[in-house]
Amino acid sequence: MADLGNIAVPLILSVVIVWSMSRREDVFGAMTLGAKNGLKTVLGILPALIALLPGVYMLRASGFIDALTALLEPVFSFLGIPSETAPLVLLRPLSGSGALAVAGEVMKSSGADSLPGRTAAVMLGSTETTFYVIAVYFGAAGIKKSRHALPSALIADAAGFLAAAFFTRLLF
Amino acid sequence: MQFNIIIAAIYAISFIYALFSGRVSELTTAAFEGASGAVTLCFNMCGMICLWSACLELMSRSGLSAKLSRLLRPLLGRLYPRASRDPETMEALCANVSANFLGLGNAATPAGIKAAQGMQRISGKSSAGNELCMFVVMNTASIQLLPTTAAALRASYGSQTPFDILPAVWLSSLLSVSAGLIAAKIFERFSRRGRLG
Repeated sequence: MADLGNIAVPLILSVVIVWSMSRREDVFGAMTLGAKNGLKTVLGILPALIALLPGVYMLRASGFIDALTALLEPVFSFLGIPSETAPLVLLRPLSGSGALAVAGEVMKSSGADSLPGRTAAVMLGSTETTFYVIAVYFGAAGIKKSRHALPSALIADAAGFLAAAFFTRLLF
Repeated sequence: MQFNIIIAAIYAISFIYALFSGRVSELTTAAFEGASGAVTLCFNMCGMICLWSACLELMSRSGLSAKLSRLLRPLLGRLYPRASRDPETMEALCANVSANFLGLGNAATPAGIKAAQGMQRISGKSSAGNELCMFVVMNTASIQLLPTTAAALRASYGSQTPFDILPAVWLSSLLSVSAGLIAAKIFERFSRRGRLG
């Protein structure tokens, strides 16, 4: 099953390139333009990470993350979630770059191929910045009452975190 | 605003907590490590993110993205029967979901906003309609073919096989989206009953 993940990237890349070739697209031109857009994306993340990552590292150095992890350990172990991911679970719905910084911190301290590191990556990949998305869409549509959108979205997040922990343990 | 609170809390808590735990002297090193870590992290993730956006550019130019969007139409039409009657809203909706699926955040948001505005126009109320709630919930739960950022993050922290998380991500995403949609449907039923009574 994990092999599927390793095949996906080369498979998608070659299929897309060959397909575009057959449609007589300027493959190289499109790819270089796309890569340039990717650079813009990365440059867009960098300032936020520079603002956030020192804080997250300081939070770890102060001992706060360890204390928080220990405090939440009973709840998390009951739910089957590695307690190292506790800061990520708390921050994920609120801030995208914050979640990226915290998930990276989990990988740095536990290892990218460890169970907590992998779980953090799966959580990051299978959830979104809930509060931001709700604010953007309802703001743009001029919605005053969000009704049941927020509770449903938070249920989706909770399910995502539980599923991430469950499937990571099952598959690795 | 919310973001400012988060950032202030992170720094304030770490300083105050370090005062109590007697680790203030370690904070300086941590701060510098974090700042240079941010740069190395972006540097390490850069290649993979650029490669994927190169691939995405090809997909959209060769019409693969539009094909995907068309493929999604029947399924989304079933989920959003009212929105599907308005062609423009439906097109934006399909474009949003397919862009999300490919991880094209920059394309997903404008299309999503257009779809949300269309749905609001159809319902004509200032509170969110059932379909709009469902649509926003779908956007707050990530449905991604290749979670490139998560994989790039793993690679930059020394993972040997950064993409081996894919099946786990797909299954978790699927479960998370289903849970959100089911929850929205259940809330809908409750609010309908409340309004009738």
